[in-house]
Amino acid sequence: MSAEYHEEDVPHVLAVDDNIIDRKLVEKLLKTSSCRVTTAENGMRALEYLGLRENHQQNHCNNNGSKVNMIITDYCMPGMTGYELLQKIKESSVLKDVPVVIMSSENVETRMNECLEMGAQTFMLKPLKLADVKKLRHQLTT
Amino acid sequence: MDVVSQLQRQFVEHATSLYREGYLDDQFTQLLKLQDESNPDFVVEVVSLFFEDTEKLLNNLTTALQQESIDYKQVDAHVHQFKGSSSSIGAQRVKNVCVVFRNYCDEKNLDGCLVCLEQAKNEYLLVRNKLEALFNVSL
Repeated sequence: MSAEYHEEDVPHVLAVDDNIIDRKLVEKLLKTSSCRVTTAENGMRALEYLGLRENHQQNHCNNNGSKVNMIITDYCMPGMTGYELLQKIKESSVLKDVPVVIMSSENVETRMNECLEMGAQTFMLKPLKLADVKKLRHQLTT
Repeated sequence: MDVVSQLQRQFVEHATSLYREGYLDDQFTQLLKLQDESNPDFVVEVVSLFFEDTEKLLNNLTTALQQESIDYKQVDAHVHQFKGSSSSIGAQRVKNVCVVFRNYCDEKNLDGCLVCLEQAKNEYLLVRNKLEALFNVSL
């Protein structure tokens, strides 16, 4: 275990994707870009982790008390889409300032615009490349 | 040339032919870039996960297309997943079949879907064999 990073220095990212391969990949991309990563397999689990519930009650801290600095989510997910997850996050007084990145395999302009209008920081095309994730990481610290 | 260099050279030669023949695309290179000393089995792990996931998807697709009344939305959902994962690991030919497959789902064209399912199975087996040979292990 590397002792190089102190917990406070390393951004903590919540990555949400229903596809198991994409989850593993995004986790590795983020870790390689010096982030601490928690993954969730759908929107509901992501909201639970973030301490948000359906009736909008909010915990002071999430499950393990560690603050999330960024959320990156797939758009197309069964149940709750990435857009719906984004919406819930932006509606939360506690989490609305956490940057949310939407990933999609489909380059649909209306989709991209709708996400950006809802307050997504960036819209990224899948499959993600290491250079894109490193750029994202850099934006987190500036 | 020592054994390590020789193996590396063989790996590169073998991988190059897979790119040239279209089995793999640049996304596979991205996976290789992510492998390092802290995670030396990363590519094998991801590829193994892909194989496991694909077997399930192909079974689900086979079942879905055997139904009396086919739910093309469900079929499309499976193909969408398959397209995503094959794209993420760089299995280009598999991904390309999925693109055509989705079009047939949109058209509710059963014959087209069945042809694509067969093609998807074949391309999956081909790329699986090639990747196993590349890593010289049984995945």
